[in-house]
Amino acid sequence: MSLGSVPLKYKISIDRDQCMKCMRCVDNCSYGVYRIENDKILIDSRKCTACHRCISMCPRDAINLQEKPVDYRSHPLWTAEAREDVINQARTGKIILSGMGNARDYPIIFDRLVLDACQVTNPSIDPLREPMELRTYLGKKPAKLEFTKNNGDIDLKTKLAPNLKLDTPIMIGHMSYGAISLNAQLSLAKAVAKTGTFMGTGEGGMHESIYPYQDHTIVQIASGRFGVDIDYLERGAAIEIKVGQGAKPGIGGHLPGEKVCADVSCTRMIPLGSDAISPAPHHDIYSIEDLAQLVRSLKEATEWKKPVFVKIAAVHNVAAIAAGIARSDADAVVIDGFKGGTGAAPKVFRDNVGIPIEAAIAAVDEKLNEQGIRNKVSLIASGGIRNSADITKSIALGADAVYIGTASLIALGCRVCGNCYRGLCPWGIATQKQELVDRIDPEVGSENVANLINAWTLEISELMGAAGLNSIESLRGNRERLRGYMLDQGLLDVLKIESVGA
Amino acid sequence: MEPLVIDAKGMHYTPLNKLIREAVASGVKEIVLNNVLGQRFIGNGVRGDAKITINGVPGGDLGMFMSGPECEIFGNAEHAPGNTMDYGSLIIHGSAGDAVAHSMRGGKVFVEGNIGYRGGIHMKEYDGKRPILVVGGTSHAFLGEYMAGGLILVFGIGQEPTIQDRGIGSGIHGGEIIIRGDVNEKLLGVGAKKVKFNEDDLERLTPVIKDFCERFGIDSSQFLDTNYSKIIPASSRPFAGKYTWE
Repeated sequence: MSLGSVPLKYKISIDRDQCMKCMRCVDNCSYGVYRIENDKILIDSRKCTACHRCISMCPRDAINLQEKPVDYRSHPLWTAEAREDVINQARTGKIILSGMGNARDYPIIFDRLVLDACQVTNPSIDPLREPMELRTYLGKKPAKLEFTKNNGDIDLKTKLAPNLKLDTPIMIGHMSYGAISLNAQLSLAKAVAKTGTFMGTGEGGMHESIYPYQDHTIVQIASGRFGVDIDYLERGAAIEIKVGQGAKPGIGGHLPGEKVCADVSCTRMIPLGSDAISPAPHHDIYSIEDLAQLVRSLKEATEWKKPVFVKIAAVHNVAAIAAGIARSDADAVVIDGFKGGTGAAPKVFRDNVGIPIEAAIAAVDEKLNEQGIRNKVSLIASGGIRNSADITKSIALGADAVYIGTASLIALGCRVCGNCYRGLCPWGIATQKQELVDRIDPEVGSENVANLINAWTLEISELMGAAGLNSIESLRGNRERLRGYMLDQGLLDVLKIESVGA
Repeated sequence: MEPLVIDAKGMHYTPLNKLIREAVASGVKEIVLNNVLGQRFIGNGVRGDAKITINGVPGGDLGMFMSGPECEIFGNAEHAPGNTMDYGSLIIHGSAGDAVAHSMRGGKVFVEGNIGYRGGIHMKEYDGKRPILVVGGTSHAFLGEYMAGGLILVFGIGQEPTIQDRGIGSGIHGGEIIIRGDVNEKLLGVGAKKVKFNEDDLERLTPVIKDFCERFGIDSSQFLDTNYSKIIPASSRPFAGKYTWE
């Protein structure tokens, strides 16, 4: 204890004149910030995570939250965070666990990219009166088509590979039941069914209440093989092999035993309360040939009826790895950038390993084009996509579609407090405590998530229309429609775009 | 019903599996595959109670995701037979490669000879399903790594000691690994511990020992004693103490 305590992260105060003692803050805080003594609401700010649940539920706006209420001596190198991490690890000797995505102040490339619009020489298109084609097909495209003549008709001779048909290029990424609650997953499932798109199940099997939406799911098979059997594989519209995750490239995952309740245990097919450990590699994939074998094994098991995706984290050599995957019979490569979210990741990985998704999309698209195999796989981008502009820019850089994760959770209430790994999520998302899970009504939740997808889809069509494009196909890989603003030449070269003004 | 005999010579695995799948679906109870040579994924994802006899050497991922059938292999098997197998059995009259019974969740894999690295890795059990891997000979390193449930039994026939490779049960957090004779403590992986194999264990495992021996025509009486080492998890939560909160 010689180290003493570190300053509060957040300070909560209540405007006592405004407060009507309705006790909603007391009831809503699952971290135990509030308690009542002698008819007074007392505050323990040290327990606060800035999840904003109390603030959002307070009918009088009486609660105030201040971040870092205590100053350290300012120092550009030894930030408060650097000092506090040292103190934490000096105390415990352990790896620091963190939640949500990369919290380091790296430059955001998306914010240095600007989109184009038509003026005078080519007309822009008004999506209100012109049809805009956002339909997206994910999967292999034939290099050429062959036809046969049939009594005056023309028949397609080329056998087409199975594709997923999306009404919008926005999908919801893989968040397992276990990492998130059933009501959260159910909300997402209903939302993708409503909006004609897909969601990932994550590595946790499929709970039976998701079965009605199974045609809109992509089932995941990861190194732990949790909940994976032939029924599960057949349920999904597509299958995704998870090799890596942007928030923690190169390492596996551990779902702590506390989160393995009866229902999670049954869905994952593991004993109650036991840790669910996903090893770092798939132990039947030690090479690119082994990956091809797993891809083919999954296809063989499902009689070559379903597209198989392979998800990797965006790492230095991502383009060459993706080119290897494209030759494995996989139908899509998912690239997860280093700003991707997670329920739990070692902080040192979350904040330091991997590369930004913008550079990864451009590098992969370029490499696949260069090798003449871009048609063999679709490219799905994820990791830190915040709005429709990020999606539009991703597609212009070469992606076919995107996965969103954190954004869809914010649509369910998440305020990005980053304490997902504690299992006490007051919004009922990253928790398995029934009284918290019940805070999400899947009907309302799905409406909010569907609203978000619809709003972004509308914005994408407006942006496309302004650029004179009426089909998402014409936007894809169309880097002429992007300019870099204050990006260095090295990055402009990687992104294969010009500077503003050029 | 007559067994369905398929000559697999020169055949690609997809049409071969299609024939098997269609036969099982139409109620065929016995299938014989002759001249099998390296065809992968045999029995992959097949449901039912058919018996599939494989004459030759099947390729990798034999019986992956399989749920129900019994495959008897007269020959060696390649990489990862029984991978993520759900139910059913593989009886291998020979040896097998790496990652045998990888992530298997039910059923049994019997290997008469030896197995490669990472045998029984991440096998797991749940509810009534408890996978069993029995090896007549020996195993290479990392046997039962990350094991989360089920049983691995290694007899070490013709071997002394039964296992000489390291990393046994590293990261094990469920299930048990039973090895004939003594096992050098130095060979145990992180998170594994050796405990005494007692009479109760023998009684519990006798049906498995007899089943294996019968399959391969071995006299089981020589194995019905307590001369085994039992390796189990030191904790069901091997990573519980690894992290501190941000």
